[in-house]
Amino acid sequence: MTDTNKPVYTFKDFASDQEVRWCPGCDDYVVLRSIQKALPLMNKKKEDFVFVSGIGCSSRFPYYMDTYGIHGIHGRAAALATGIKLANHDLSVWIATGDGDALAIGGNHFIHLIRRNIDVNLVLFNNEIYGLTKGQFSPTSLLGQKTKSSPFGNIQPPFHPGELAIGSGSKFFARVAGGDTKLQQSIFVEVEKFEGAAIIEVLQNCVIFNDGAYDKYTDKAVKMDAQLRVEHGKPMIFGKENNKGLVLDGLKLKVVTIGEDGITEDDILIHDALDPDPTLHLMLARLEMPIVVGVIRAVPGKTVDEMCNLRLEETRAKSPFKSVNELFASGETYEVK
Amino acid sequence: MTTENTQLEKQSLKNVVIRFVGDSGDGMQLTGTQFSATSALLGNDIATFPNYPSEIRAPQGTVYGVSGFQVHIGESSIHTPGDDVDVLVAMNPAALKTNIGSVPPGKTIIVDTDNFTKKNLSKAGYEGNPLLTKQMDPFVVIEAPITSLTREAIKEVGLDKSSADRSKNMFALGMVYWMFSRPLEHTIEFFKKKFKNKPLVIEANIRALKAGYNYAQTLELMPSPFVVLPAKMEPGTYRIINGNTATAWGFMAAAEKSGLELYLGSYPITPASDILHELAKHLHFGVKAFQAEDEIAGVVSTIGASFAGELAITTTSGPGLALKGEAIGLAVMMEMPMVIVNVQRGGPSTGLPTKTEQSDLLQAMYGRNGESPAIVISASTPENCFDYAFIASKLAVEHMTPVILLTDGYIANGSAPWKIKTVEEMPEIKPRLVKEVEGKYEPYKRDKETLARTWAIPGTPGLEHRIGGLEKQDVTGNVSMDPENHQHMTKIRQEKVERVANYIPELQVEGAQEGDLLVVGWGGTFGSLFTAVNSMYENGEKIGLAHFNYINPLPKNTKEVFSRFKKIIVCELNMGQFYMILKSKFGEFDYYKHNKVQGLPFSVVELMNKFQQILDNK
Repeated sequence: MTDTNKPVYTFKDFASDQEVRWCPGCDDYVVLRSIQKALPLMNKKKEDFVFVSGIGCSSRFPYYMDTYGIHGIHGRAAALATGIKLANHDLSVWIATGDGDALAIGGNHFIHLIRRNIDVNLVLFNNEIYGLTKGQFSPTSLLGQKTKSSPFGNIQPPFHPGELAIGSGSKFFARVAGGDTKLQQSIFVEVEKFEGAAIIEVLQNCVIFNDGAYDKYTDKAVKMDAQLRVEHGKPMIFGKENNKGLVLDGLKLKVVTIGEDGITEDDILIHDALDPDPTLHLMLARLEMPIVVGVIRAVPGKTVDEMCNLRLEETRAKSPFKSVNELFASGETYEVK
Repeated sequence: MTTENTQLEKQSLKNVVIRFVGDSGDGMQLTGTQFSATSALLGNDIATFPNYPSEIRAPQGTVYGVSGFQVHIGESSIHTPGDDVDVLVAMNPAALKTNIGSVPPGKTIIVDTDNFTKKNLSKAGYEGNPLLTKQMDPFVVIEAPITSLTREAIKEVGLDKSSADRSKNMFALGMVYWMFSRPLEHTIEFFKKKFKNKPLVIEANIRALKAGYNYAQTLELMPSPFVVLPAKMEPGTYRIINGNTATAWGFMAAAEKSGLELYLGSYPITPASDILHELAKHLHFGVKAFQAEDEIAGVVSTIGASFAGELAITTTSGPGLALKGEAIGLAVMMEMPMVIVNVQRGGPSTGLPTKTEQSDLLQAMYGRNGESPAIVISASTPENCFDYAFIASKLAVEHMTPVILLTDGYIANGSAPWKIKTVEEMPEIKPRLVKEVEGKYEPYKRDKETLARTWAIPGTPGLEHRIGGLEKQDVTGNVSMDPENHQHMTKIRQEKVERVANYIPELQVEGAQEGDLLVVGWGGTFGSLFTAVNSMYENGEKIGLAHFNYINPLPKNTKEVFSRFKKIIVCELNMGQFYMILKSKFGEFDYYKHNKVQGLPFSVVELMNKFQQILDNK
C-alpha cells in the first residue's frame, strides 16, 4: 500500500538499542546494515515491518532491528511468518534464517511457504555450516567437507538452495554475496515491491567455522570473472574485461568470450526474470562458475495470503449473518416449554 | 403418517438405549442421528455416541468394518449414551457378533436375515447361522428380510440395485420408529432438503422408511410399541450439538465477544478434524481456518497470528500435542495468548485413533522442556465444550498465556441437547491490547493482580518491540542470561498461572456435600460418574461427585472439599494421571483409584460396583 504520509527515516531509525553480538568480520553485519539502509527507501511505515527468525547465528537478527520482531524456535520462522501474514495482510514480513534453520529442521516449512507463495521476504544466510552449535556440517556443506561432525569428510550430498526453491515452485529467487552491500540493498528494495514469497540467498562467510568458503567467488582478484550479475532485460555479460557471456549450447549453459569464435554481443542470452518457465532460471541458479547473483527469477503470481484475505472480505460482505447468534439459532432447533 | 397404534397397548419406558450397527458403508451414523433428532424434537433428553472403525471403508461384512451409533433417550435427565442396549439393530452377522455382548437377556435384537448368507457368516467368523442356534434364545429376536423388502418397496423408483440397497437403513429406521412411536416427518423433511437435486433418492428413502414402519406395524412378532415421554428440561430453544461443533462455536462466540478475529492453525487428525471442518465454513464471520503442512506449522502459525493480534487457536489430538510441545513452550516463554485444543484419543503413538481415552493429561501439564506452566482446563459434556472453548479464549487473552483445552473422542463425537446461548449472555472478555504508552514500550510490564503483560500488535506506531524464546529481562523483554533474573522470571510465569485460581469458579460437589465417599473425576467422564453417583446418592448413600473442569490451576476450595469426605476415589480413563497430580498437591489425603484404558467410556454399572465395594469396606 502506498502511503504518502510516511515519515522520512534513516537507517538509525531501524537500529535497536541492543548490542550486536556476531563475531567480528561476520557478513551478518553487512546484511544487517544493508537492510537498515534499504527499509527507509521502501514505501512502508516503521510499525508495519515485522522481522521473524528461527534459531542460529543469523536468527538473532530481529533483536537488532527496531521493528516488531519474533525470535522463534528452530526451523519454524516460515510458519510464524505465515501466521502473521494471514492475520494481517498489510504487514511487511521478513524472515532471517540460515541453511540449517531453513533447509534442515525447517525444510518442510520452507517448501510450503514457497508453494503457497506467502508474501514474505526470506533472507537465507547460507554459510554452509552450523555456526551457533559450533561447526557441524549443514545441508549445504560440500561433499568431503571436514567438520566437527564429519571428521572423515562429509558424505551427505548438499542441497542447492536455488534448485530447492525453484523446484518447490518459487516465484522469486535472488542471490547475493555476503559482503556486497550495494547489491543487497538494491535486491531488498526490489523484493519489498514483489508480491509473493521472495527467497534471497546470501553467500555468507562464517569467519570461525567455514572461513573462505566463498573466496573463489568473492576474492577481489577473481570476483569480476567469478560472479555474473543478472539484470532483467539485459544480456548476461560479465568478466574483468566485460567480454564474457552466457549462451545456450544444446540444453546447457556455456560461457563464451565475445570476439572469439565469431561470438558477438547479440549471441549472448538476455535475462528474462519474468519468464514463468523455470528451466533457464534453474540452470542459472545451478551454475557454479561463474556464480549467478542478482534477481534470477521474479514471476508475478497469486499469493495465498491475499487470496485468503480477498475471499474472506467477499464472503463477509455477502453474508446474511451479522452475529454468531444467528448461526446458533439457525437450522434444526426446537422449543422446550 | 402419525404414531397412532390402536391395536396394541403401548408400554411406557423411562429411558431406552438403541444401537444401530452395520457395515461402515451401511449408513448407520445417519440412521442414528435421525433417530436422535426425531426423539429430541419429541422432547426427550438424549445422549449419543458413534462408534466407528478407523478404516474408512473396511472390507464389507468383516468384524473390523462394523460401524455403530448408540443413542440413549429418556424422559428424565440423560448423562451418558447408556451401558446396556435395549434394542440392537444388526444389519449383518459381523454386526451381531461384535455387539451381542452389550445386549442383556430379554432385550430386543433386530437382524436383516438377507445378510446372514454363508459368505457373510464366514466373514464374521461364525461356523453356522447363530439365528438357528440356542445362542439367540435369551433375546427377543426379530428376523426381518430387510434388504429384499427394501428392494421390493422401492423397485418402482427405478434406482440401480446398489443405490437401492443404500436405502435399507431407512427400512430399519422405519421399524424402530414404529417401535418407539416416533413420527416420520422429521426424517422425510431431512431427505427432501439433503437430496434436493436427486428426487429418486428422496423417493427411495421415503418409501423404504414408510415400508419399514408399516412392516413393523403389521408384523405380529414385534413386541408392543413403547412410549418414552418428554423429559423435564429447562424451557428454552434447543438444538442437538456434538462436542466438536460446540467447541468450534465456543471459539466463534469468544471472538465476537472479545472483538478479535478468530484464527485456527491446524493439521488434520482424528478425532479433532471436525473442529477444523466446522470453522472452515465460517469465513463470513472472519474466521481464518488455515490447514498447515504439519502439526508444528499449525501451532507455530497460530503463535504468529496471536502476535499479530488475533484470537488464535490450534486443534489436535494426542500425537499432535506431542509435536506441538516445543512451540507451546515458546508461547509460554513469550507470554502469548493462544488456545490449544486436544481432543484426546487412545495412545501411545497412533494408538486407537477413533476411541476415547484421558491419557494426555500429564502431557498437557508437563509435556514441554523447562519449567513451562500453562493453564489446563477440560470440557465434560458435548454441550459444555461450548462454554470451555469460550472460557479458554477468555483466560488466554486476559492472562496472556497459552491455555490447553482437553476434550476427548467420546464427548467430541457424542451429542446432546444444547440450550442455545447467545454472545450477550456470555461473560465479558477484555484482551490486554495496548495502543499507546507513555515513554518507551515495555512488553513485560505486568498487571499487579494477574501478572499478565500487555499485548502490542504490529501496525501500532511507537510500540515496536522484539520477543522470543530466549530468557528475557522482566519489564523490558531484553535478552538476559542473568541467573537471578531467570529464577525471577520462572517464578513469575508460574505464579501468573497460579493466580488464575482467583478468576475461576470454586469446585461444586454433586450429591452428598460431605460423607463417606467422594468420587473425583475430570473431563469427559462426567456423564457416567454423575449417573452412578446420583443413583447411589438417591438410594441413601453418602456419596458425592467432585468433577474438575479446571486442572491447572485447581479450584481454590479443592482441599476443603476433599476434607469433607472419609474416602476419596479418583476415576479416570488412564492409569492414574490426575491421581498423580492430586497426590503431589494434596498428599495429606489417601486416594483410591479406578482406571480403565480400553478405548471405551466407563459403564455406570462398573462404577457403581466399584463405589459400593469401597463403601462396604468400612
